[in-house]
Amino acid sequence: MPALEADGVFKIFGRRPERGVRALREGRTREELRSRGLTPAVIDATFSVDPGEIFVVMGLSGSGKSTLIRTVNRLLDPTAGTVVIDGTDISSLDAVGLRRVRREKISMVFQHFALLPHRTVGENAAYGLQVQGMNSSDRRARAEQALDMVGLKGWGASMPSELSGGMRQRVGLARALAAGTDIMLMDEAFSALDPLIRREMQDQLIDLQQRLDKTILFITHDLNEAMRLGDRIAMMRDGRIEQIGTAEQILNNPVNNYVAEFVQDVDRTRVLTAANVMEQPVAVLGSTSGPQAAHKLMREHQLAWLLVVNRDRTVHGLVWSHDVAAAVREGTDVLPLHRAELPYTSPDTTLSDLFTQAASSPAPLVVRDEDQRLVGVIPDVTLLAAMGNGQSNGNGQTLENVPVGIPAGVDHGTEVR
Amino acid sequence: MNEEELTTVIPGVAVGDWVDQGVDWLNSTFREIFRAIGDVLGTLINGLIDVMLLVPPDVMIVALALLGLLLRSWQFAVGSALTLALIVAMGMWIPAMQTLALVVIATAAAVLIAVPIGILAARNNLVSNLVRPVLDFMQTMPAFVYLIPAILFFSIGYVPGVLSTIVFALPPGVRLTELGIRQVDAETVEAGQAFGATPRQILRGIQLPLAVPTIMAGINQVIMLALSMAVIAGMVGADGLGKKVVESIATLNIGLGAEAGLSVVVLAIYLDRLTAAVGGSGSDKSLRSLIRRNTTARRQPSTTAS
Ligand SMILES: Nc1ncnc2c1ncn2[C@@H]1O[C@H](COP(=O)(O)OP(=O)(O)O)[C@@H](O)[C@H]1O
Ligand SMILES: [Mg+2]
Repeated sequence: MPALEADGVFKIFGRRPERGVRALREGRTREELRSRGLTPAVIDATFSVDPGEIFVVMGLSGSGKSTLIRTVNRLLDPTAGTVVIDGTDISSLDAVGLRRVRREKISMVFQHFALLPHRTVGENAAYGLQVQGMNSSDRRARAEQALDMVGLKGWGASMPSELSGGMRQRVGLARALAAGTDIMLMDEAFSALDPLIRREMQDQLIDLQQRLDKTILFITHDLNEAMRLGDRIAMMRDGRIEQIGTAEQILNNPVNNYVAEFVQDVDRTRVLTAANVMEQPVAVLGSTSGPQAAHKLMREHQLAWLLVVNRDRTVHGLVWSHDVAAAVREGTDVLPLHRAELPYTSPDTTLSDLFTQAASSPAPLVVRDEDQRLVGVIPDVTLLAAMGNGQSNGNGQTLENVPVGIPAGVDHGTEVR
Repeated sequence: MNEEELTTVIPGVAVGDWVDQGVDWLNSTFREIFRAIGDVLGTLINGLIDVMLLVPPDVMIVALALLGLLLRSWQFAVGSALTLALIVAMGMWIPAMQTLALVVIATAAAVLIAVPIGILAARNNLVSNLVRPVLDFMQTMPAFVYLIPAILFFSIGYVPGVLSTIVFALPPGVRLTELGIRQVDAETVEAGQAFGATPRQILRGIQLPLAVPTIMAGINQVIMLALSMAVIAGMVGADGLGKKVVESIATLNIGLGAEAGLSVVVLAIYLDRLTAAVGGSGSDKSLRSLIRRNTTARRQPSTTAS
């Protein structure tokens, strides 16, 4: 079941907005409605967000993003359509039921932080709990925990005015985390911060999301931010959602000219990650095999190098063909492993970061997941760089096809994440 | 030329007569209620005056100066002490205290009425639209006009003075309360809603606290208007500086007029600066902010976040 589902949501500002919905369904344009005094801010928005997903809504200023996110927790009542949160259709709730959903299921982080200036940082972080009626010692403990998570340990007694912008937004984040809801709405939460801090906050959000498994609906007008954060991205224009897809899908298969033009200036090296460009190794060597086996494999596939992999798919090392040939000539049983530490990277490292990492090493970049297991290799990063706005690999072989004794059933991600 | 000699097709309308009749009707219908209100107000104000005059002037001056120190600065405290002493020296202490009591009671009542109306107006456009013309009316009607029905209902003395003062001083209290609440940052109010706060929790926890500076500016204006009206109230027999001014006009006594007028100015400046200090974040020379700074300094964490 999706955590959050919007179906045919319209939000039109003006008098008797329902007539606008009818007119739009009959094919009238936004401009025609404008001339009748109606502002269609959101037009027929349909999307669903899975539990644990970061879903980004991206669009220029005035495209209706804030309006859309506000229909999700009904800070604004949709003119038409339904919003279902965790199985509950919130459009039909009365005030009491709506407050319960807002307290228990869905919290929000605001562009300009929206902290209470007359309360301490700790009290701000505890705001949602106070509203819920939790006693003060419990909520202090929970608020401290949340402040700790966002890196503001020990700041609970300060006033918001004593904090920098980035720190204030951390308080905003802590307030949403402390409320303990599964879903978080973030309306341009990082847009008011300067670029360096913004980057830091994005990393922190990804990190928090992975640890806490929150479902996040994130709004931004910054395409790079959208691509960095979003598991999926909804591109919005003039109130309509033009395309929903992963960063890669949107970059490589834009549905229309608008989206294509929008993404053409994107610096792909900052958007595409190791997971998008890595290949599956043509072959790998079990760590128990000797130089003979290596030699045979390498000759068969005409390889200059070969990865040596343990039973649990962690990387044991790498051998070069000339070293292997020498070992075979000498008749030793010991694999002549590459001496230096291999250049390792993770699937979600961006290309721009890969370039700096790979520049110095002759060995290929080895992509490992968080359990240190092999998920792919990037043989020649400099080649990628030369490709400039190159595309990702179509699809490599999967490890199941790899000819040598290696545990099968490798499940790897070529999805962008 | 006389008004009757004008050439016009517009028939005369006897607004004055209607008001006359209305007031008569009110007076006969609500006599008991008016009397009860009058008794309560009369008792309150006479009690307050008695208390304020029970305290020796020197002690009172020191107390008022200390209040100034607490809320504003030592310079203000010294200035207040000197100018208040001048009132005593001029022999105007008793009427000054009577006027001050009248202002205090009228302000308290005006605020008690104005703030809730302001809150309602901020939350409801209909109320706002209804209240606004009434306030315009109250503010532009010449202040003296309030005195006439007040005398009719409550005869002469403090009570009509206080009541007309309340009516006259009320509008800025309502207006600035409404403004203060309406101008609270929309996103902050949304934050309250988004976390599931009830309208009441939002009002008490967000809107009112954030509107305090504006509401205090309104109360400051209420006090200033009350003071100016309290002087006018001297005309309907309310004892105090106003009565001295009226006396000095009747007897063309410039000296007396100057002394009473100067005393009004002293009170006005004192009240204005004091309430302005309460409303703003407070001058940082005040004892209050000194205390606050010390306590927050102790609460600062020793570690710095990245
Ligand atoms: N309360 C409102 N009343 C009338 N029009 C509004 C209101 N809020 C937003 N709009 C209009 O709706 C459109 C979308 O606004 P918004 O959702 O704030 O866009 P975004 O967040 O993408 O910048 C804009 O044209 C804006 O002027
Ligand atoms: Mg917006």
